[in-house]
Amino acid sequence: MKVKSAHEGPLTFARMEPEAGLQAALRKSRADVIAEISRSGLKGRGGAGFPTGVKWNLAAAARGERKFVVCNADEGEPGTFKDRVILSDYADLVCEGMTIAGYAIGARQGIIYLRGEYAYLRPHLEGVLAERRRKNLLGSGVLGKEGFQFDIEIRMGAGAYVCGEETALIESLEGHRGEPRNRPPFPVDTGFNRQPTIVNNVETLAWAACILARGAEWFKGFGTEKSAGLKLFSVSGDCQRPGVYEFPLGITIAELLKEVGGEEAKAVQIGGAAGQCVPRSGFQRRIAFEDVATGGSVIVFGPQRDMLHVARNFLEFFCEESCGQCTPCRAGNPKLLEGVELLEQGRCSTAYLRELIGLGETMQLASKCGLGQSSPNAFLSIVEHFRHEIMGRAPQAVRG
Amino acid sequence: MGDDITRQAETRAPRSQQAQKVEAPRAPADALGATVGVEIDGKKVKVPFGATILEAARQVGIRIPTLCFHQDLCIAGVCRVCVVEVEGQRTLQAACAYPITQPLKVRTHSPKVRRARRHIIDLLLADHYGECYACSRNNNCELQALAKEYGVDFFRFGHPERPRYAIDASSHAVVRDMNKCVLCRRCVRTCIDLQEVGVLEAIGRGHETKIATFLDKPLAEVICINCGQCINRCPTGALRANDPTDEVWAAIDDPTKHVVIQTAPSPRAAIAECFGLAAGTPLTFQMNTALRLCGFDKVFDTNFAADLTIIEEGTELLLRLYKALVEKDQGAALPQFTSCSPGWVKYIEHFYPEYLPHVSSAKSPQQMFGALIKTYYAQLNRLDPKNIVSVALMPCSAKKFECNRPEMCASGYKDVDYGLTTRELAKMISEAGVDLPAMPKSDFDDPFGTATGSGVIFGATGGVMESALRCVIEMVTGRKVENFYEHADIIPVRGFEGVRYAEIPITTVGPVPELVKHLVPDWNWLKGVTLKVGVCHGTANAHKVMEDIKAGGKFSECHFIEFMACPGGCLGGGGQPIPTTPEIRAARARAIYAEDSAYEVRKSHENPAIQRIYREFLTDGPCGHKSHKLLHTHYVARGKYIP
Amino acid sequence: MLVTESERMRDELAALARRYGRQRSALLPMLQAVQRRHGRITPTAMQVIADLLGIHPVEVYGVVSFYSFLSAKPQGRFVIRLCRTISCDLAGREQIARQLENDLGIAFGETTADGMFTLQWANCLGMCDQGPALLVNERVFTRLTPEMVHGIIEECRALFGVHATQAAEEHVV
Repeated sequence: MKVKSAHEGPLTFARMEPEAGLQAALRKSRADVIAEISRSGLKGRGGAGFPTGVKWNLAAAARGERKFVVCNADEGEPGTFKDRVILSDYADLVCEGMTIAGYAIGARQGIIYLRGEYAYLRPHLEGVLAERRRKNLLGSGVLGKEGFQFDIEIRMGAGAYVCGEETALIESLEGHRGEPRNRPPFPVDTGFNRQPTIVNNVETLAWAACILARGAEWFKGFGTEKSAGLKLFSVSGDCQRPGVYEFPLGITIAELLKEVGGEEAKAVQIGGAAGQCVPRSGFQRRIAFEDVATGGSVIVFGPQRDMLHVARNFLEFFCEESCGQCTPCRAGNPKLLEGVELLEQGRCSTAYLRELIGLGETMQLASKCGLGQSSPNAFLSIVEHFRHEIMGRAPQAVRG
Repeated sequence: MGDDITRQAETRAPRSQQAQKVEAPRAPADALGATVGVEIDGKKVKVPFGATILEAARQVGIRIPTLCFHQDLCIAGVCRVCVVEVEGQRTLQAACAYPITQPLKVRTHSPKVRRARRHIIDLLLADHYGECYACSRNNNCELQALAKEYGVDFFRFGHPERPRYAIDASSHAVVRDMNKCVLCRRCVRTCIDLQEVGVLEAIGRGHETKIATFLDKPLAEVICINCGQCINRCPTGALRANDPTDEVWAAIDDPTKHVVIQTAPSPRAAIAECFGLAAGTPLTFQMNTALRLCGFDKVFDTNFAADLTIIEEGTELLLRLYKALVEKDQGAALPQFTSCSPGWVKYIEHFYPEYLPHVSSAKSPQQMFGALIKTYYAQLNRLDPKNIVSVALMPCSAKKFECNRPEMCASGYKDVDYGLTTRELAKMISEAGVDLPAMPKSDFDDPFGTATGSGVIFGATGGVMESALRCVIEMVTGRKVENFYEHADIIPVRGFEGVRYAEIPITTVGPVPELVKHLVPDWNWLKGVTLKVGVCHGTANAHKVMEDIKAGGKFSECHFIEFMACPGGCLGGGGQPIPTTPEIRAARARAIYAEDSAYEVRKSHENPAIQRIYREFLTDGPCGHKSHKLLHTHYVARGKYIP
Repeated sequence: MLVTESERMRDELAALARRYGRQRSALLPMLQAVQRRHGRITPTAMQVIADLLGIHPVEVYGVVSFYSFLSAKPQGRFVIRLCRTISCDLAGREQIARQLENDLGIAFGETTADGMFTLQWANCLGMCDQGPALLVNERVFTRLTPEMVHGIIEECRALFGVHATQAAEEHVV
């Protein structure tokens, strides 16, 4: 597995001094820690892009006897594997970030929610935690800080993509079906066991540790105004050099494709199954929260790829992973998939295709959570940009 | 108002479906009690902090359509029908679940909203197998109503040609047709959260999600107590009662059969709702006429048997008290629990079988009556019992199970052949072309025509207790109940609060009445005793009371507790007209108590027909040998384990 | 002395309840422990767990049926999960799928008659840059070729008697 960076040398995470961030944080007040994160402009690296400083601030201000820091390691977005790499190679940095977060919001308990598919990482992570406890980086009086105790436990997922959604994750922790909650209220106010809880992506927590070590200004030096900092990308598909990359946010798709050896691409899926399918005509677009955002997943489609097949694959994914709670997602995704099947057989009228586009738009607006709200994205963008390729097909045997 | 069957903070339902009141973010200290100004469709209104958009809209008279929302249940927010546009938010928000914590501008019928709602209905119809004409909820279905409201005139996303699921008709009481399910989760919230029985839950994921039982077993094989509260709250025809009207018609049409029907007070107070009249319009005597027009040979008043139940159960209580207080027998099973709610009986058989000795051995009025009809009545009229078809009109779905219990054949025949619900009778009446509200009034048939007010109030929670107390107080003190409680209305046991407790001090005693003279020498041993009684309705409250008893709490020291499985008591039963809301149940209760007030005779032991039957037929007296054979029963320790 | 399956299960679950607690948030860890040891969660186990946690059996069933890695039905000793999401799909998972079906003699969703292997689809295993990928219980195999399938299956058979992931026993939390 190749890990590359836009800069010379290894990833930023590899060049961080251990516990530098935590030490810096514990020398500050809790409010100053949060202020540093806010100033840095760090936004969630899992895909949603919520400003981390705002989240930590809300949780810090919320009233609750026991607050929680949850590391969302339920990396399930198709094409995303950067968290796996971070947890394999930089778990200490993630734990450092969690501890800093715990200090900032006043939590004593951290939970790593690790997806079931990554169970083989658990022994390694337990080892990291045990070592940190030995070194007084976890437990009571962390690094000698009076009154600050923080520990981390690992809880396993059990094979449900929807549990990457923060309220579904919390439901799962509480022993329920992973069905997202009504929001508001949000986890920062009412989360795990009704206590204020922050749920942050693995990478976000690692960057938080880096920011406390190097400072908000350092972080803001990368990226764009609305999308500060560096980001890890997991690149796969039809390219010469798939793997994990580190780029500043704001990089154009074309620049990325050059780095990974995918300049021939017909289309690129930015943001996984829940993301957008960008055709060649859009390759000058920037990968950033203000343009085309991603939690890291970049899938390259070569010129020979059948985009309808891609749409089918993504919709099958969502039909399988939808929690089933709300009508638009539960019943809408199968309808979109059925539409793809009709297109494959050349039996979808233009009128019905318009209905499906309308349905997709409703799903984006009326679904209860981000899964349903983003599941039509791929279909809608493929229908928009590859209309010529998907319409009027000759009937063929349906591929499984 | 104040229907306290609604749940407070700690419930079983998952977080996503919890809290009767929507969880608002914790109010900043200075916002407690504060109001927030919002604008809905241009109308400005001030609402309490944490009120939902749906509540706010109602305040200004704006109607937002809903489907999964139900007043008795916690918020789900799953159907997405009630979505509205909130200014500043990209996505639409569910009005039922969105707490207002800051000023908002809301549009409830914008183009995006209209289109979204229409799509949601189209999607539900795309999975909804079946035609409205051939459905028990034709014209009373919330999906149908939404489709009409949104002008659905074609199936945008198709309509199923084949059913996905087999219908589960294994249970005598509740039939499940998941092809019509809209996955609103009302039945799940009702069974797990409201009733705390826990038979139904969402199983599977995504489009494969269905509402099912433990291991997908047929309903008859799991711990369903047949209360039918799920049926009352189901918006479509996915849940319905097991309907015997075809068999009842066949019996009526059979010239060799003598078909009798007994009617209970709750259907009489509610059937008007099936004919478009307001809840709480009693049609008792019009119904008698209608029933005869349908072809029933005799129409009897269940209240007669209710009076009988009071005598039997009241005597049983006094005997247990005698055992405990005079004979000092530790084995006297107190508190005594009522036994006329078959949903409650099955509940305790499953969940607290070790407490079965506490349950009164008296049958329910329905079953007592059934046994008497095929013996006493048959003899009096020289009829062969095998030609009698005994039908019971009940507000209850569990009574369909009850009349099929193997031990319910004391007469030598099946004591009650069919349990018919209020809804099913309304159907029969309209099939017969009868306009129920327009019918002239007529009386019940003899020999059971005479009833008392105390029989009527059985339909409301607290009614059995009140009837029993009226009887016991008079029998023991020798004085009129009106001396202790104005107008004989024992208010402390009335109302809709989930669990109620009352103390009745016995300060004076009188002579032992003729009826029970052979059982106790005097009442002196009761002088100075304070009778402690409890009342609860809805099995979640039964659960509370039972746990209290187990823990040795206040209710373990009670002498008598009335348990009703259904919220509101029988008037909220699983066979009653749909929909059910706290207001409707309150209206039915008012009708029932009004009917009681209008009676001249309001205590069971004063009923001349009761006095007659003990003289002529049940000659051993209450709890005597003959009574035991016909009017008492036993129970089955079922436990919770599902093999 | 006759120790029934249900008695053994009861003891095991009581021990799990002592470890994880008896509040509802113990449900998933308990179910995962049972799944690991027994390859399924039996009706008895579900009811005992429900009793221990103070919830209804149907709620336990609802949770088991929701998660892909929990099963009420018996599964093979080795559960093979082949990723079918787009990156592995582009890399040739169809061939691997056919080979698995050929070598095991079952279709996806089925279990071999000897109870050794269950074959299932999985969604994105996070190995997208080295697909096609599959999981056998908790082990991951990447850059699959049809030729490798046989070797993987034989390796599993050779471990018969020892659970494939019995590297470390239960992780103390």
